[in-house]
Amino acid sequence: MPEKTGVMTAEEKAREHIRMQNLPHIWCPGCSNGITTRAIVRAFEETGVDPDKTVVVSGIGCSSRTTGYLDFDTLHTTHGRPLAFATGIKLANPELKVVVISGDGDTAAIGGNHFIHAARRNIDITHICYNNSIYGMTGGQYSPTTHLGDRATTAPYGHLEREFDLCELAQAAGATYVARGTAYHFVPLVNYIKKALKHKGFSFVEVISTCPVYYGRLNGIKNAPDHLQWVADRSVTVKQAEKLTAEERAQKYVIGEFVQKEAPEYVENYMRLIESARGDNGDRNQK
Amino acid sequence: MNAMVETQNIRMMQGNEAVAEGALAAGCRFYAGYPISPSSEIAEILSARLPRFGGRFIQMEDEIGSVAAIIGASLTGAKSMTATSGPGFSLMQENLGYASLAEIPIVIVNVMRVGPSTGMPTSPSQGDVMQARWGTHGDHPVVALAPSSVKESFQLTVEAFNISEELRVPVILLLDEVIGHMREKVLLPDPGSLRVSERKKASGPREGLLPYKPDADGVPPMALFGQGHRCHVTGLYHDERGFASSSPANASALIRRLHDKIEMAKDRITITQGVGLDDAEVVVVAYGSTARASLRAVKDAREKGIKAGLLKLMTIWPFPAERVKAALGPKVKHVIVPEMNLGQLVGEVERAVYGAAPVTPVSKVSGHLFQPVEVLRVIEDAVADRVGFTNRRGG
Ligand SMILES: Cc1ncc(C[n+]2csc(CCOP(=O)(O)OP(=O)(O)O)c2C)c(N)n1
Ligand code: SF4
Repeated sequence: MPEKTGVMTAEEKAREHIRMQNLPHIWCPGCSNGITTRAIVRAFEETGVDPDKTVVVSGIGCSSRTTGYLDFDTLHTTHGRPLAFATGIKLANPELKVVVISGDGDTAAIGGNHFIHAARRNIDITHICYNNSIYGMTGGQYSPTTHLGDRATTAPYGHLEREFDLCELAQAAGATYVARGTAYHFVPLVNYIKKALKHKGFSFVEVISTCPVYYGRLNGIKNAPDHLQWVADRSVTVKQAEKLTAEERAQKYVIGEFVQKEAPEYVENYMRLIESARGDNGDRNQK
Repeated sequence: MNAMVETQNIRMMQGNEAVAEGALAAGCRFYAGYPISPSSEIAEILSARLPRFGGRFIQMEDEIGSVAAIIGASLTGAKSMTATSGPGFSLMQENLGYASLAEIPIVIVNVMRVGPSTGMPTSPSQGDVMQARWGTHGDHPVVALAPSSVKESFQLTVEAFNISEELRVPVILLLDEVIGHMREKVLLPDPGSLRVSERKKASGPREGLLPYKPDADGVPPMALFGQGHRCHVTGLYHDERGFASSSPANASALIRRLHDKIEMAKDRITITQGVGLDDAEVVVVAYGSTARASLRAVKDAREKGIKAGLLKLMTIWPFPAERVKAALGPKVKHVIVPEMNLGQLVGEVERAVYGAAPVTPVSKVSGHLFQPVEVLRVIEDAVADRVGFTNRRGG
């Protein structure tokens, strides 16, 4: 293993957190999942997480395949359920850092219930959602974040449903760190993930992602670079968004941090409960 | 069954309470669940008791998440369980399959009530016997135990944890509502006298570690999270490294091994009890609360001069076909299988008996438990050749 010195190249540093033996990855050429994974690895490097005390958990989907490539204890679960598995891990062993990687369908459709409840508990888990606004793995069906009017393989006439704003959802449910970045804006994305990793409580980072193979092709975006550019063109900062009308804002991705606050964390509270229950010698609970 | 060392710890308790006590005695330190009658007492008791042992209790948002959470906890080394009833057991099926394939030790208690759907809460039933075996998709292996008393609820809960730890397999404990809510006097064994098993754990350097490479018993030592192994666990078919693989040779070897490890241990994990089988002309095969009524019926039949015997099954999956065969003495003429369902385990009994004697199902699906006299009547009809031995669907 190479020594951690100032002369390590970026690639050498990244290799420390990547299972090189599992490459090449399964993603389509031009998919932004690789960029997002790199941003996560960079955030891991820069926050100096202990790879032996960090568990990365994912659901099912293209994005959720990320866990196979990261050199930690990794858990590839069932569709929509990674937060529930992660809750068990964190509560059973609070000394572990627990990170969840999930797609927009995984997070907000089938896994929506676990998402709001993990946020409500403010359990110390970092949840990173790769939001490509579509079901990539199953071939381009619409998701809870598909834009109104856009095409999907199950929305051949244009999508009829309104989309979720995942950051607003997380905030309303009680998440204590919430940020949105994109696969185009790499440096700020790394920053949000780093802050989420350092945050105590439920932290949520939404990553606006691209799926050139389905979303792009079905919606007239010619190629992968154009798709990233499309994301960039639609992105505004929180500050810029303030000047927009509600209708204008609905057409944009608002990038930045939305919540950053302290609140009692669930597992810490539980550990305190254990202490007081053990000290309680009354027979209220029968021995 | 291991002999219980009887001490003075005599308690009057409910089946559900005995499950909670059995779990604690077996070393359970993590419970995640979602309330549902007639199982909720287990959650209520453990919410109070677990923290006193340094354990954890969490009420999850649903039963899907409950099984997910206990799998997560088990991956860190904690013995973990959940408890539910029919509707919740249906929701648990997907992650039960996950535990089966990824070989995560967990215990799932299902206190059966009348179904399908919300059904008839919370009347007793044995309608989930086949669901316990085949509820999740795929050719998965599973173990299921069914107690017929409060004392057995305690013992079989300990056994469920032991089997789950030893074989790295989800174990289902199937109570029926009668057993869950019934109160009986039990002698709790001295904690030191209990046989409590722990899973094998992976050790050695992480380089070259094959976390899914089995030992001779078919069970791989478990690579727990947080120990520096940096292992991958997935619900995809995987190779010995733990990473996804769809190679045909690997797929076949994996699913066969998952079954073989249970098959190899089958005799050890099969718990049955025979009463009066040696000279029996009529053999009753029963489990759960139905076995209690059947025992009474068999004794009453003996008093009337009928040579009846009982084979009580406490392990129901893998189905103890060998024990059923062995229970059929040279004089057996009839086999009777009473169940609080329309005939589920009777099909397995029939396969085991394989024509050696006619097999008669006795079904009770009214939401009431069996009365001994209902079983006795069928025993009497059988010896008098009064039954046609087609499907006998009772009240
Ligand atoms: C219970 C269940 N239902 C459906 C599926 C099929 N399925 C696999 S991935 C997926 C959606 C993936 O979309 P998303 O979560 O947005 O991730 P992406 O592939 O776009 O990264 C679906 C529906 C499944 N695996 N399990
Ligand atoms: S289908 Fe879409 S999301 Fe999935 S790998 Fe291909 S481009 Fe990426």
